Amino acid sequence: MTIRDALNQALREEMLRDENVFIMGEEVAQYEGAYKVTRGLWREFGDKRVIDTPISELGFAGIGVGAAMAGLRPVIEFMTWNFSILAADQIINHAAKMLYMSGGQFKIPIVFRGPNGSAYQVSSQHSQALEAMYSNFPGLKVVMPSTPADAKGLLKSAIRDDNPVIFLEQERMYGMKGEVPDDTDFTIPLGVADVKRQGNDCTIVARSLTVPLALQAAEKIEKEYGVSCEVVDPRTIKPLDIETIVKSVKKTNRLVIVEESHQFCGVAAEVTAQVIEKAFDYLDAPIKRISTAEAPMPYARNLEAAALPDVPKIIEAVKQVCYL
Amino acid sequence: MASKILMPKLSPTMEEGQISRWLKKEGDEVQANETIAEVDTDKATMEMTSLESGVLLKILVPAGANAKLGQVIAIIGKKDEDISQILAEIESSSTSQSADTSKPEIAASAPETKTESFKTEIATQPPKLEVPLVQQTEKARSDDEEKGDGRLFVSPIAARMAAEHGIDLRNVRGSGPGGRIIKRDIEQMLLKAERVEEKELQKPQPLITQMLEAPSASAYREESITPMRKTIATRLTQSIGPIPTFYLTVDIEMDNAINLRKQINEKLNDEDKVSLNDIIVKAAAMALMKHPFVNSSYRDDKIRFYEDADIGVAVAIEDGLITPVIRKANKKGITEISREIKQLAARAREKKLQPEEYTGATFSISNLGMFGIKQFTALINPPEAAILAVGAATETPVVRNGNIEIHSIMSVTMSCDHRVIDGATGAKFLQTFKQMLENPILMLL
Repeated sequence: MTIRDALNQALREEMLRDENVFIMGEEVAQYEGAYKVTRGLWREFGDKRVIDTPISELGFAGIGVGAAMAGLRPVIEFMTWNFSILAADQIINHAAKMLYMSGGQFKIPIVFRGPNGSAYQVSSQHSQALEAMYSNFPGLKVVMPSTPADAKGLLKSAIRDDNPVIFLEQERMYGMKGEVPDDTDFTIPLGVADVKRQGNDCTIVARSLTVPLALQAAEKIEKEYGVSCEVVDPRTIKPLDIETIVKSVKKTNRLVIVEESHQFCGVAAEVTAQVIEKAFDYLDAPIKRISTAEAPMPYARNLEAAALPDVPKIIEAVKQVCYL
Repeated sequence: MASKILMPKLSPTMEEGQISRWLKKEGDEVQANETIAEVDTDKATMEMTSLESGVLLKILVPAGANAKLGQVIAIIGKKDEDISQILAEIESSSTSQSADTSKPEIAASAPETKTESFKTEIATQPPKLEVPLVQQTEKARSDDEEKGDGRLFVSPIAARMAAEHGIDLRNVRGSGPGGRIIKRDIEQMLLKAERVEEKELQKPQPLITQMLEAPSASAYREESITPMRKTIATRLTQSIGPIPTFYLTVDIEMDNAINLRKQINEKLNDEDKVSLNDIIVKAAAMALMKHPFVNSSYRDDKIRFYEDADIGVAVAIEDGLITPVIRKANKKGITEISREIKQLAARAREKKLQPEEYTGATFSISNLGMFGIKQFTALINPPEAAILAVGAATETPVVRNGNIEIHSIMSVTMSCDHRVIDGATGAKFLQTFKQMLENPILMLL
């Protein structure tokens, strides 16, 4: 099953399970979603549960926050997370703060979801990875799945969670296939990392699109250099399962972090700081970060490829921290 | 790029070394693995090899001078290379070091240079370690940030591992960028240390003595100890520490042995004349053949029995003692033993014994009879199982069948390693030894 279908299955199961769950966004109903994540849902659940909106991110995000205050469990789809910047006031100033500012009277069980990060030559304004920005605000949970099963289990947990959740998918990964449990009660708790590959010599922390890249790099490094890499996927950026990362680093003594967002003040910077705080004595080399280039995403295919993390860059970083 | 050559760790216990001589002079070509100098350590004189090929550009520590572990002793590089920057760096770090060494107790310089060519080892250690514990050169650092202060760069896990294993990081050569010491360097060090440790029988255990000084305590002066004194201290501390020792004393009538000596010497030139001690060595060797446990060595999981009696004979020399070994004394005649002891003792006094001449005894004898000592106990020289302390043979009234007779009586005390020798085992050996000296003809049987 593809990630696209796993997300669709999660949405459908949760809509069947809880009639308060509804979907709202641009072209989510009749067109079945820009990336077909909501395929079949409008026909099955009708106009009241699957709602097409005008091109008005701030507006429908605000309606979502209001609906959540009123007791519903909205799932708001952004056609891409780049457009969420228009709705940032509702997300950051309202969804994230309502529980605190109402003295606990209003919980906001809302999910904002959609594709995040680079696609294929969609240039500067449509290729941003915004997890660092949203992770910076207390009151938001930030989730980034990297497999179909994780996508399903994490989205179901996000919908059931009583806090606003930023659910970041990846356009390049919608067609990625994998085993997905059929069980309608299958969920993956938020805040639990997954070791995607066991290894002893170097830890690679990757998320979303960089997880398959890290796994490919790990296979090559093992073959070519005999270095065994452990790939840790935190799956949830916030809350962050730093214990699993620290445990791995204590074993391998070396850490490479791969991300699709920009480096400055990024998630890799946060992981680096926490690892140094919690496992300083176990490090054998400076922590290495691979992020997208410090520049607006170029349109040209070759420049886009050069700006993004890739397998050779990961291999080079692992060699550096292993002093090869 | 020019590299510093550092004083290497050439023995497990070495803390500083004395350049005994340089085999290369400034300007000479040096090949990797070529011997460039001889270094006197606390154990013996060792060869120091270069890890790199190049030209010996500068000798910083001349022959006869001491250098601490890790101290820069020379610079190697390309012909006519400019080394002024390295020299300045060494200069600045050594001035900061000399501030440390100005503490009074260290400054009181003792006749330390006496250790010259003093190759001694009262030990079972192989005289040479094939694997130097430390790489000997350090790449000269050119990066601005690393210049000058001699700071070590160590990864946190490497520092932690070094601390856990008591490794002095100054002795480790970092293989990371800019000479950073990383985990793999410590792992390699531990691997090598493990190999060396296997060769060592017992780890030296430091003797800790701490004394409080009262304000009215006597004035004193302190002298640095010589490497030999240090070795004696270490070895003997080891002896009394881990070895469960007990002592057996017996009186031996030496009249017949004294007569035997007279008879032998009547036929010999002055320089060939044998001593009572030579006869004692022979008797001990013969007795050992009958009591294998006394001629053995306790190893962790087995006892090693020696087929021959290689007897170490303690010889007092200026500021120390050493035990040259009479190999296969059980198979040698008294005159042959006598000749060997004379030669070895003479060379011991000239400090010219080779390690193989004073290591690997299976049993030792220490005789203080010539000083009039009647009886004493000696410390076992591990891994031997016993040592015999021989006192003076003196005329003593002895009551026999109700009559007082005068005999030459000699007291001997044997220190026994109880891990291999039990009381009765030791007593039986002494019985045989006593019978042989009282009836020397038994030595022929």
